[in-house]
Amino acid sequence: MQPGFNRLLSKALPALPTLCALGGALLMFVLFLLVQGQPALEACKLIFVGAFGSAFAWENTLQRAAPLMLTALCVALPARAGLIVIGGEGALALGGLAAAVTPLMLPAAMPGMPMLVLMAAAGMLAGGVWIMFAGWLRQTRGINETIGSLLLAYIALAIFRHLVEGPLRDPASLNKPSTPALSDQYLIGTMPGIDVHWGLFWGVLACVAAHVLVRHSVFGFSMSVVGGNVRAARLVGLPVSRIVFVACLLGGAAAGLAGMLEIAAVHGSANTALLAGYGYSGILVAFAARHNPLAIVVCALFIGGIESSGSLLQRRLDLPDATTLVLQGLLFINLLAWEAFSGRLSAWRLRLDTLRTGVAHG
Amino acid sequence: MAEFDIAALLLALVAGAIRVGTPFLFVSLGECLTEKAGRVNLGLEGILVCGAMTGYATSLLTGSAWLGVLGAGMSGLALGALHGLVCSLPRVNDIAFGIALMLFGLGLAFFLGKPFIQPQAPMLPGLALGNWSDSPQLRNALQINGLFLIGIALAAAMHWGLASTRWGLALRLVGDHAETARALGYPLTLIRVMATAAGGFLAAVGGAYLSLYYPGSWNEGLSSGQGLMAVALVIFARWQPMRCLVAALIFGAAGALGPALQSLGVSSGYYLFNAAPYVLTLAIMIVTCRPNRTLTGAPGELSLTR
Repeated sequence: MQPGFNRLLSKALPALPTLCALGGALLMFVLFLLVQGQPALEACKLIFVGAFGSAFAWENTLQRAAPLMLTALCVALPARAGLIVIGGEGALALGGLAAAVTPLMLPAAMPGMPMLVLMAAAGMLAGGVWIMFAGWLRQTRGINETIGSLLLAYIALAIFRHLVEGPLRDPASLNKPSTPALSDQYLIGTMPGIDVHWGLFWGVLACVAAHVLVRHSVFGFSMSVVGGNVRAARLVGLPVSRIVFVACLLGGAAAGLAGMLEIAAVHGSANTALLAGYGYSGILVAFAARHNPLAIVVCALFIGGIESSGSLLQRRLDLPDATTLVLQGLLFINLLAWEAFSGRLSAWRLRLDTLRTGVAHG
Repeated sequence: MAEFDIAALLLALVAGAIRVGTPFLFVSLGECLTEKAGRVNLGLEGILVCGAMTGYATSLLTGSAWLGVLGAGMSGLALGALHGLVCSLPRVNDIAFGIALMLFGLGLAFFLGKPFIQPQAPMLPGLALGNWSDSPQLRNALQINGLFLIGIALAAAMHWGLASTRWGLALRLVGDHAETARALGYPLTLIRVMATAAGGFLAAVGGAYLSLYYPGSWNEGLSSGQGLMAVALVIFARWQPMRCLVAALIFGAAGALGPALQSLGVSSGYYLFNAAPYVLTLAIMIVTCRPNRTLTGAPGELSLTR
């Protein structure tokens, strides 16, 4: 029984920093609210209720989790190759815009399915090229990819706003400048049996595909080598720059797909409602998942839940809508700070393992 | 007619360089100080917004705009110290933690700043240096805030301090070669935390300038990434405070391009002109950065350029 317990402990240990971070963030959040005389425990309960308390809450959460999975991949895939890319919002905006204008460029009588495929391809291409540009700037010009990608995101948002309110604006959209609305056959509906659009399916599928790529393919392995030690990668003759480009291209394509899905399933045309901050929350999701694609699915549900509970907090307790942002910030800080703990943790794990094998031999 | 327009545009750009450039100056001096100690703080964006909120709130509650500036600085000091302390832990990446601090600072500022969006706080006064002139545009352009002059003095003081004081030498040593600094017995962590905290102070003062002088109100869309551009600006300035001043003025002029053109009646492409600072930042980085070679003047311990 003892070795079995030890083995379980040694398997569960890596999750410990995340759990500590979760506990720490919640504790700080409660203290933060208590200091201001707010009903902290009530707020925590409402966050849970607003995120997972009812079928409606679940649908809302799942709806938000779908784009988060894809934008998190935009951080996680380049991170596998050692890049911290945080410009997912720009890739999402351009992807959505590209998807929204694709039907305008093609004959109007085109059937729905091929058109949706083309829209997705356009969105993924736009997002992918944009993030790959950040990777290219780093590999060929030595520009730090974190700053580069963020600057590119700001530029992308400016282009988006310019085109939506200027050359591509539908004259019929008076109050809210938008591109011409997509016709009904180009909209994505809900999945059978549940009031959540198909974006969720594609988000999960993309995460699973990324998992297979990262863990079970030669390319994924070479990506990890580049991310782990560039010198070693060069030494064994890996095409470092090409691997970085592809990682960025795939990540950007995921964010671009998120933009396309939001356009085709939620908004129906490209307008500023698309810029809801999914690109930025995706950074937190990816870091919380430690850039593990399967863990992203879980973390996206979690963060999506926190975000969707914001309106309930606002209605019931009259808290500002930034409340969930504070919680996310605390969570992010705690996640990184508790990472310091994991060094000691691996030492413990080693000791546990030697203990276990020692018992087995004896 | 066209000639007059160009003159007016140039004047608006010069005025904008000072007016829009001042927050850039403070944030970049703060980032310069932080990076000289070998750390990168991307969280300055969050600190800046938090400082803008704290400055506005303090000014409103105490009735003194200068107390507001001090209050903002204190909030920046606290957040900067948080960055410095947490990044001193093993295995904590300073760039990643900067992103976290950015998110946290924004959340904090938006949460606590909600009640302060409506009321009007006392503003920082402008010094009217253009009263000798008859031209209202020139008078307007020479309406300069005291913080800009303080910023110039600070850049000069930092330039001297880094080059020729014992403290400056210790700071540069910590940033250039941590092993040597440790061998000489300098308190590595303490110096880095202090530099990061002081950098946070300056960034928050830059934020207070935004909310208390120009544009002169507190709202959630106040900052447009000045805190992040500061990182690029410091690279452009090659980690020299006096060059930070020049760079801040250039960026200020770029930031003023959109509003200046709009005031002259050019309204198409407003968003594109507003993106000028980002394009400029990127262009400057493309020109100045090179792969496989550290930049001259870059602190050796900096994770940004390695």
